[in-house]
Amino acid sequence: MSIKWFKYSSPQSFFPLAGKLALWFGALALVACGVGLYVGFFVAPTDAQQGEAYRIIFIHVPAAWMSMFLYLVMAFWAGLGLAFNTRLSGMMASAIAPTGALFTFLALWTGSLWGKPTWGTWWVWDARLTSELILLFLYFGFMALQAAIDDPRRADKAGAVLALVGVVNIPIIYFSVKWWNTLHQGASVSLTQAPTMAATMLTGMVVMAFGFWFYSIAAALMRARCIMLERERASEWVADYGRGSA
Amino acid sequence: MNWGSWENFLAMGGYAFYVWGSYLVTLGLVIAEIVLLALRKRSVLAHLRLHGTAARQGDR
Repeated sequence: MSIKWFKYSSPQSFFPLAGKLALWFGALALVACGVGLYVGFFVAPTDAQQGEAYRIIFIHVPAAWMSMFLYLVMAFWAGLGLAFNTRLSGMMASAIAPTGALFTFLALWTGSLWGKPTWGTWWVWDARLTSELILLFLYFGFMALQAAIDDPRRADKAGAVLALVGVVNIPIIYFSVKWWNTLHQGASVSLTQAPTMAATMLTGMVVMAFGFWFYSIAAALMRARCIMLERERASEWVADYGRGSA
Repeated sequence: MNWGSWENFLAMGGYAFYVWGSYLVTLGLVIAEIVLLALRKRSVLAHLRLHGTAARQGDR
């Protein structure tokens, strides 16, 4: 049995597939977020300590998870591009960065709006918050560096080095609540222990996380399609596509 | 969770500003990203129509 592993490693053959996948994942995201919000607002009970303010977790926690996860995926593609010099890898890394930055900003924004009523402050220079802010700057740095270099292949390489060095920040964010005394609470849901929250709250949060995940895939693929067309505009297949959609 | 009325739901137990401030900004930014992506695609296609065909005629 032979699997054509590299069939979709060329932009030309990946382009139509990416379009179909973006549509499907977009639809899945809509369904998952609809269900997640329903569970979050109409099934999950009021929190005994935080009242209704806790309902921010249904976007805060998934956004924070995605901010870290997307960075790892971005660094993976960037590293793959650096190692194998495949042009699609760099495009994928660039396509993920803005969506990753969006979720990092949302994690900080919603965290701030949660912190005010529960901690009494919008912001503290706590290890968790500070390392998440550094993550936002890493995304911005990656995008700015790529935008500053005209040759896309060189931009990919420079960006990849930055992305890979920045990976060190991800375990720092994840373990910050254990390593330091932080105002930010410890994880209610972790990879190693049973979650310490009501089942319906957890369900809403996990379903929303899937929704955000599917959305990220759809958005990154849509952006990857734009990047493919922009970078390969001199090629025959892009010219054909341009004529076809005219 | 039974909110009883729309007023109660919108009031979010007194945390309306924080809860809706989180959700509306999230919704707004996600919609903005989708719109920006659609505009980007459109501008690439417009560019292709303008320059793509001209370059090809020059090849001949």
